[in-house]
Amino acid sequence: MSAFLALLRRDLRLAFAQGGSVGLVIGFFVIAATLFPLASGPERAELARVAPAVIWIGALLATLLSLDRLFQADLEDGSLDLLLVGGTPSSVVVLAKCLAHWLSTGLPLVLVSPLLGLLLGLDPVGIVMLVKTLLLGTPTLSLIGAVGAGLTVGVRRAGILIAVLILPLYVPVLIFGAGAVDLAALGLDTGPSLALLGAVLLVSLPVGTLGAAAALRLAVL
Amino acid sequence: MLTRLANPTRFLRLADRLLPWLGGLTVLAFIAGTVWGLGYAPADYQQGDTVRIMFVHVPAAWLAMFGYSFMAIASFVGLVWKHPLADVAAKAAAPLGAGFCLVALVTGSLWGQPMWGTWWVWDARLTSMLVLFFLYVGYIALWSAIDEPERASKAAAILALVGAVNVPIVKFSVDWWSTLHQPSSVMRLDGPTIDPSILWPLLVNAIAFQLYFVTVLLWRMKAELIGRRVRALTLGLAAREA
Repeated sequence: MSAFLALLRRDLRLAFAQGGSVGLVIGFFVIAATLFPLASGPERAELARVAPAVIWIGALLATLLSLDRLFQADLEDGSLDLLLVGGTPSSVVVLAKCLAHWLSTGLPLVLVSPLLGLLLGLDPVGIVMLVKTLLLGTPTLSLIGAVGAGLTVGVRRAGILIAVLILPLYVPVLIFGAGAVDLAALGLDTGPSLALLGAVLLVSLPVGTLGAAAALRLAVL
Repeated sequence: MLTRLANPTRFLRLADRLLPWLGGLTVLAFIAGTVWGLGYAPADYQQGDTVRIMFVHVPAAWLAMFGYSFMAIASFVGLVWKHPLADVAAKAAAPLGAGFCLVALVTGSLWGQPMWGTWWVWDARLTSMLVLFFLYVGYIALWSAIDEPERASKAAAILALVGAVNVPIVKFSVDWWSTLHQPSSVMRLDGPTIDPSILWPLLVNAIAFQLYFVTVLLWRMKAELIGRRVRALTLGLAAREA
């Protein structure tokens, strides 16, 4: 447990320190979402209709961009080897890194999303649902992404490879997440979508941590 | 049986003995299926002759799914029991499955144009087939991105297994999302809803596709094994010279 917390604290400190990626990820998210109205025209009703899709895809891509550094930096300075040969199980190491990744990218995205919802003309009900779905969905993005990051650690052109490996696996999160916001905008029941988002999160918890741990052991040991 | 085949030389010998027979059977099954499907099966009362696309489309879709399951099982066997042929089999199956996936998508599109009046609809089955194709692409890309075969095979196996856990979820989520494609009409508990005059040629074609899969799989495994042997010999030679 103390190893878990120590690793979590270290990763968070690195992420939020100067030169960390938190500000950049949020910047990318906001800029990417602002590009859509510029491309599709400023019509308000139209924008509100595509807002859930725009924000969700923005969150997906922002997460994706931050993933290639998830294990790569640790591999380069050698700390990944130490983490894996230490007494802590490798899946716990992965879990700590995923949690740190979510706290430094997923959570900031969730916090910024209401602002983007307002900009794109989403109504208050939609904004609340957007925050809920992102809260449930972004941890899944980190967990599944960790598998891709683990498999491509130390591989050439890892960033683009992660995208090809991981984006198809993001399909369910995107469908349930953006779908629930759409349902909320229509005044329909969103319970099943939220429950399914939670279920996907629970499935990806063991799959993500075990898969990424196996991939890392393969790359390092 | 499987343990005996762990010896690549023994496997190569068996493959050499099987391949001519399998190749011949494949050709025969394809001839039978094509002649029956194009010549003798009746045209559909609504769809006319376009229904014959089904004889390619449906087996290809089956094989695309079979290919991924095969790959996942082979990956599992390779990771757990370290069977030396398992990762060779998984690697050999990937481009085949991807090819069948593409065939299913293209023929589906050609069939959709006259039937639904559009080349592509964002329907559940089409979309999940497309996602399956992307999964294949990712798997092949991972194999080619890592140079050492040892590490590449294990990394690809992990990816295939993670993908296999996700395939049902993707399928379910896409079903939930939209449905226009007809539900499955052959694999049903209460018996097929297709008329036997069309069902039989369909099954013959499915057998032909399956035989093709097995034949080319063995062929590709053989090529891969020989390629690895060449690589090992070249490395050994280089080491002796150095």
